[in-house]
Amino acid sequence: MGRQAGCSKGKGGSMHFYKKDSNFYGGHGIVGAQVPLGCGLAFAQKYSKDETVTFALYGDGAANQGQLFEALNISALWDLPAILVCENNHYGMGTAEWRAAKSPAYYKRGDYVPGLKVDGMDAFAVKQACKFAKEHAMKNGPIILEMDTYRYHGHSMSDPGSTYRTRDEISGVRQERDPIERVRKLILSHDLATEKELKDIEKEVRKEVDDAIAQAKESPMPEPSELFTNVYAKGLGVESFGADRKEVRATLP
Amino acid sequence: MLGVVRQKMLGQSFPKIRPAVSVLRSYSSAAKQMTVREALNSALDEEMSADPKVFLMGEEVGEYQGAYKISKGLLEKYGPERVRDTPITEAVFAGIGVGTAYYGLKPVVEFMTFNFSMQAIDHIINSAAKSNYMSAGQMSVPIVFRGPNGAAAGVGAQHSQCYAAWYASCPGLKVLTPYSSEDARGMLKAAIRDPDPVVFLENELLYGEPFPVSDEVLDSSFCLPIGKAKIERVGRDVTITAFSKMVGHALKAAEILEKDGIDAEVINLRSIRPLDRSAINASVRKTNRLITVEEGFPQHGVGAEICASVVEESFAYLDAPVERIAGADIPMPYAANLERMAVPQVEDIVRAAKRACYRSVPLAAAA
Repeated sequence: MGRQAGCSKGKGGSMHFYKKDSNFYGGHGIVGAQVPLGCGLAFAQKYSKDETVTFALYGDGAANQGQLFEALNISALWDLPAILVCENNHYGMGTAEWRAAKSPAYYKRGDYVPGLKVDGMDAFAVKQACKFAKEHAMKNGPIILEMDTYRYHGHSMSDPGSTYRTRDEISGVRQERDPIERVRKLILSHDLATEKELKDIEKEVRKEVDDAIAQAKESPMPEPSELFTNVYAKGLGVESFGADRKEVRATLP
Repeated sequence: MLGVVRQKMLGQSFPKIRPAVSVLRSYSSAAKQMTVREALNSALDEEMSADPKVFLMGEEVGEYQGAYKISKGLLEKYGPERVRDTPITEAVFAGIGVGTAYYGLKPVVEFMTFNFSMQAIDHIINSAAKSNYMSAGQMSVPIVFRGPNGAAAGVGAQHSQCYAAWYASCPGLKVLTPYSSEDARGMLKAAIRDPDPVVFLENELLYGEPFPVSDEVLDSSFCLPIGKAKIERVGRDVTITAFSKMVGHALKAAEILEKDGIDAEVINLRSIRPLDRSAINASVRKTNRLITVEEGFPQHGVGAEICASVVEESFAYLDAPVERIAGADIPMPYAANLERMAVPQVEDIVRAAKRACYRSVPLAAAA
């Protein structure tokens, strides 16, 4: 929302939040670029002997990027603890997977890197797959997880999401494969909670989200001086300029 | 006081160094000679020794000892974990470098030449340069991208481009262009220690050139400040700015101009971003005339930025229009005679300086 209270303090963008202290290294605006970066994190984890892994997530659209194939080669060569997760929702923005990929078996793209196809709409399957992948990556190097999933809304705010697929398809998936519905049915059928208890949880969560949105909306936009902060970690006192450099100048800290 | 050192070795002559600010200590009677290659190698060695987070990655940096032998001996000393030979995949190894920098390591990524950096330029700009800003300071990127830049000799158009202007236009990057061995040592060390992404543009033809270095330069703590130019030759009549190999040409031009009574001040820019505008403007306010020299393409080049800066800050002090000497506005030709015409020569700088001092022969009539 571009506000001060945001984790990027309004400077990043709607898909650019980062929380390094929680090991979340953010999203990237260039489709596919995050995969080499993720492999870099895995490299650093191995170099530092931290015994941890990296999950690098990308979509079926990004799966055709050249740098992904480069990343698979080098991760396998160097045994990096990298887990490449293809979130296959079958559409790259408005382009269905059959129009973009000669072979839609993204989990097989690794060739010499093993891949698993996972029902991405089944939370337990996803959890087990991730556990398996982590153990594998720590011992053997990279692995691909293809999560078969779906996107209900359009790609972005400007995409209605209905010009390239039927509404029946969308509602069909929602009825038959929705992950939250599936868990709810399991909980109810195993008497782990009552309908009322679930409804109460939903109400509580909805309130939490609404409060967060309200708080975010109340947060002010960044101060004008923020224009010139964080250009560098160490600015060396150099000058930077606004649109009219005789009018707006700043010294970078 | 350093005596004038002028020797001819293998057909090369050394620049006459008259230090404006002396860094040479008098207890060293004969200054040691060091090639730029040795300077870079020793800088890498010392920084890797001092900080285990520093590692080197690139094509042929390990077992081949470096395509230009800059990383000679480092694999033996530091092992294959820290000196990584990569496949020919610039995009991914630049991206991996940035990823390791996000995690807190200090990668030095070598491009065999900066022409190949174009394969990786998205990671240099969008992953490295912009991350600290976009994350409001959470993700700093202490990476160095280094390698030879600009024209070599007879390598053709796809292997001869200078990338100084392109990278220096991008906020979030620091762009350095060493000339001498002192520059190479001090600036590479500074670049590796710097917490921001640095594009370190070397020059293949300078690698073998020896320069005198003082004990201070040889010390492992030696470091040059980023963003400060060096006055290589103090003068009164005209300012010549240059970087990398062109500094040598500018110094030779200054010697020729001296015989004609023109006392040229030569500025070794050292840093293209941040550009030392105050040093350049202070010099122009003294001499009132400016020649910018660069190897790269002229349009939107480094000289264009310097000219604009001087016009903005020191217009009233200019006694003549700013002159730009740059590479020819063509892809680099291969034939040796054409290549010579495509790259600035000493006589081009001399002619431009004379024009700025109103001492030249009349311009060739336009067609």
